[in-house]
Amino acid sequence: MKEGKVQDFVITAVSKPSKGEAGKTGDWRSQTPVIDQDKCSQKESCLLCWLYCPDGVITREFPLEIDLEYCKGCGICAQECPRKAILMVDGRDPSCQ
Amino acid sequence: MATSAAKLLPKEEFILPGTRSCAACGLMLTYRHALKALNPGKTIVAVPASCMTVLHGVYPITPVKVICINNPFGATGAAASGIAAGLKALGHDDYTVLAFAGDGGTYDIGIQALSGALERGANFLYICYDNEGYMNTGTQRSSASPAGAITSTTPILAKLQHKKNMIGIIEAHRIPYIATASPAFPLDLFDKVRTAKSVHGSRYMEVHAPCPPGWGFPNKDLIKMGKLAIDSGIHVLYEIKDGVFKLTSRSLNLAEKGRKKSIAEYVKGQTRFRKINQDQIDYLQHFVDERWSEFVQRHHRTD
Amino acid sequence: MSDVRIITANSAAALAAKLCRVQVVSAYPITPQTPVTEELAELVESGELKAEYLTVESEHSAMASVVAASQVGARVFTASSANGLLYMHEMLHWAAGSRTPVVMACVNRGVGAPWTILNDQQDSISQRDTGWIQLYCKNSQEVIDSIIQAYKIAEQVNIPVMVCYDGFILSHTTTPVEIPSQQLVDSYLPPRPPVIGISEYTHMNVNPLILSDPRPDVDGKMAPGYMDIRYRLQQDLLSCLDVIKLADRDFHELFGRTCGGVCWGYKMTDAAHAIVSFGSLASECTLAADLLRQRGLRVGVLGVRSYRPFPKDDLVKALEAVETVTIFEKDVSYGYEGALAMDLKSALYESANHPRFSSYVAGLGGRDVLPETLADEAYRAITGEVKHAWINIKN
Repeated sequence: MKEGKVQDFVITAVSKPSKGEAGKTGDWRSQTPVIDQDKCSQKESCLLCWLYCPDGVITREFPLEIDLEYCKGCGICAQECPRKAILMVDGRDPSCQ
Repeated sequence: MATSAAKLLPKEEFILPGTRSCAACGLMLTYRHALKALNPGKTIVAVPASCMTVLHGVYPITPVKVICINNPFGATGAAASGIAAGLKALGHDDYTVLAFAGDGGTYDIGIQALSGALERGANFLYICYDNEGYMNTGTQRSSASPAGAITSTTPILAKLQHKKNMIGIIEAHRIPYIATASPAFPLDLFDKVRTAKSVHGSRYMEVHAPCPPGWGFPNKDLIKMGKLAIDSGIHVLYEIKDGVFKLTSRSLNLAEKGRKKSIAEYVKGQTRFRKINQDQIDYLQHFVDERWSEFVQRHHRTD
Repeated sequence: MSDVRIITANSAAALAAKLCRVQVVSAYPITPQTPVTEELAELVESGELKAEYLTVESEHSAMASVVAASQVGARVFTASSANGLLYMHEMLHWAAGSRTPVVMACVNRGVGAPWTILNDQQDSISQRDTGWIQLYCKNSQEVIDSIIQAYKIAEQVNIPVMVCYDGFILSHTTTPVEIPSQQLVDSYLPPRPPVIGISEYTHMNVNPLILSDPRPDVDGKMAPGYMDIRYRLQQDLLSCLDVIKLADRDFHELFGRTCGGVCWGYKMTDAAHAIVSFGSLASECTLAADLLRQRGLRVGVLGVRSYRPFPKDDLVKALEAVETVTIFEKDVSYGYEGALAMDLKSALYESANHPRFSSYVAGLGGRDVLPETLADEAYRAITGEVKHAWINIKN
């Protein structure tokens, strides 16, 4: 594509990408997923939590990590984990339990 | 070759975290994998006023790494064909135009513009994420809502009519590629978007996108509900390539093994069906069974 | 050597689009605009015009598709009339709000119900608040010239332009029209600058949901709210009166013809009485002025070319010194009076000695308006007999 001068769009509304568009959506959580790394298969052949997370906040490298700044706490990962390696614990911050 | 494992999907995320979409959004999971299947650096998305507007964020920030052009509610099909025409006229043949609209924007207000574009053979992929109602405005009935569902505009009697056969209408346009998918089967969804991307002309996909707040089920059950919809035949996974119909993925297994579930379990898990009585369940079951046997017959006809 | 052809205004419009090398055309047929869509289709199918032609299923889609094509950088054209234009209404707002340099021809026709296919200007006048520039043509030469100028204006200010001309009176009537050479048009109108940059990995979300108040962007800089962006459209529309004048001046230098900029005068230099109008009716009014001059009245005509933006200062300057102003127009704001009459009165409200006003609604749904009738009615207005009336009402 011909490289045109990309106008700074001051005349009409154009958004640019950034994370946290709606803020730290981790604040929405009432329950927090906690991964039991011993129970997790740690195998690339699984990755169902990564696959099913609508917000894409789970890493694909082992040990898996969940970005709690943005995780909305929906609990799909815990529900779908075949080894029950993810537990939903009450509250926004599991370390406070 | 069908993608067999999650690890084979592109690692890069094109939706940055911290979106405005609800937790456990079926639409967002759909969009997440659709973008992985495309090349978002060379994709222009056309969206109508919808949950997609919300997902794409409030000015001046967007969580989505793609070029997106917002449009009035009924204009998606026309706008997408305009984008395709503009790109062609300017000699940019390497872009994919993706129209991404909900069932309201497709079955109802957008059907005219979409039909016109398909008849002209406009070169785009249109994905309808079907959450079976006007969820963004607060769960009003659309022509995609199933019979028996309570919506905010069918509050007492529940919806009396069955869902519109939109894909039948789409098929009548004789476009080269049509497919259905579900975010509960992301690999199948990914493969179909990939296939659709490689086809020239008008392509249509319909994704059954469960909506926890609109349908009334716990967030954690998003995948479970999506799978139940397939297992009970409420939604069927297939593709129609150049007129040839094939069941795919879980629906193909169901057809082969013949263990389709009854819809009772599916409706039981959703508060929108809280007022459904046995007659209405039978009515819905009959509709689903009839459609299912048609699909299975078609699948075998083209074997 | 000039190329003069005896053609209709519709042919002039199609030729103008071709001379402007439009890249995407999208249109839906409606009388009396239909020949524009047919002639452009022929130009595209024959290969004379290298463009994408979308034969859409409705006017809403016609406008939606040209707006989208314009957003990715194409030079676009469409045309409509009457109920077709009304069907575009939502998209007309969207085109202006998106700041797309769409150019369209509006072949003025009365609006149903009941059905009429004949001319008045109720269609385009009812779209006046959509944020478009509206230029009204008095003859077919102005149609071709105004469309060429329209791209120059639109692509400079990123505001869409509607070039309006009267159905049948101009659209289907053949008159001599000078067709400018492609070479000359190319030198006047360079290719569209790629202002809206769609390039690889330039991620952006165009026309998203916006808040009422400013919100910081990714770098922490405050970005405007809805009202601020809309204010810019208003400011740019107002200041583009100069752009319209300049586009006409530059055109005059190259082509030797002018459309009058934002408004034009006929025998206004010594006029004590002014007739104000737009479109082909204004041209008809010049004949009425001549008749009235034969009766010893110093009458001139002021034709409004740019109705939006409204050239308030130019009109006030031209009318301040006259004793009476008589307005003829083919539209009405139901429940009050003609749109031009209302605008002119408010424009002149603050001038020191504002003239006496009379206003007429004429020619709705193709009712004939003769210069003699206009002269008689203007005479009654000048002598103070009439303040406001509809002409030629028959019971």
